[in-house]
Amino acid sequence: MQVVSVISLWFIPVLIGFILIYGTIKRVPTYESFVEGGKEGIKIAVSIIPFLVGMLVAISVFRASGALEYFMEFIRPALEAVGIPPDIVPLAIIRPISGSAALGMTSDLIAVHGPDSFIGRLASVLQGSTDTTFYVLTVYFGAVGIRKMGDALKVGLLADLIGIIAAIVVVTIIFGSK
Amino acid sequence: MVNIIWVFLTVIGIIFAMVNGTMDQVNEAIFNGAAEAVTLCIGLISVLVFWLGMMKIAEDAGLLQKLSLLFRPIVKKLFPDVPNEHPAMGYILSNMMANMFGLGNAATPLGIKAMEELKRLNGGLDVASRSMITFLAINTSSITLIPTMVIAIRMKYESASPTEIVGPTLIASFCSAIGAIIIDRYFYYRRKKKA
Repeated sequence: MQVVSVISLWFIPVLIGFILIYGTIKRVPTYESFVEGGKEGIKIAVSIIPFLVGMLVAISVFRASGALEYFMEFIRPALEAVGIPPDIVPLAIIRPISGSAALGMTSDLIAVHGPDSFIGRLASVLQGSTDTTFYVLTVYFGAVGIRKMGDALKVGLLADLIGIIAAIVVVTIIFGSK
Repeated sequence: MVNIIWVFLTVIGIIFAMVNGTMDQVNEAIFNGAAEAVTLCIGLISVLVFWLGMMKIAEDAGLLQKLSLLFRPIVKKLFPDVPNEHPAMGYILSNMMANMFGLGNAATPLGIKAMEELKRLNGGLDVASRSMITFLAINTSSITLIPTMVIAIRMKYESASPTEIVGPTLIASFCSAIGAIIIDRYFYYRRKKKA
């Protein structure tokens, strides 16, 4: 699994170098474009504050009250039998529904379990490799007035399920289940 | 849906605290949770500004269009109902590229444009066509080259290697994209058989 680690390490610096060289060849005012795009980053970070405050408070309350632990104990035997870590279940449930809510859950899992723990890595991969089916469905179909969605929801949710399974399998193979 | 989950988490938590005698911890959690969220978002600014700046250069240099040329043959196979030179094809490709580079805000309008064109192809009906469902399936499995937000969060919590999840994320999202396409095809042939 050395290869994946090396790719992970090299990927971003190489991509940055490539973009800068390509941009220069194409005569893009690189620094000015960079600043222009960077402004968008501030906007996004600020605009997700309310989403994260709402979701992190809710999860913190749920956890601090002891309800989360109770819920985990309740579902643990069934999930462990099939190899799904119970801690990931709340994230897996909310991922298709709300992207920013899922982001809150991911950061909570990383904060509590540590970024380099099995759960922390799994949450990281899960957040990055699945998308908010309901959001895409509502926004895209809503905007153009599609009322009869056919199999779209079923296909989208099954794809999410495959994403979750793929994340668990890939993380276990590459990092081990510790 | 998210409203119900949000209220459920908070209210059940509070009721649980009443029964469990954990009101102290809950009080603390309310204010700590809020503070945590704000610190996190501020921490995200660094990576987001840098990455979106880089992506803007890629966009201005025409790199995204270049890449869509590369993906055109594959996408043509995925959308057999869309004629080659139809504008829908262009929008679908640009949407996929924007998603790949983590430009969520740029991806949404392109996705809506693609849907509009697909609706026109489908005679303007309010029924989801085959291509629309395929487009949705690909969108939900989201192949992302760099999961910027996740890396930023991992940095914030002092990961020994914040980017170590880049490779695994790519592999997992690639698997889920293949899975999504297979499921989409299965449902399509099932519909065809019924009709």
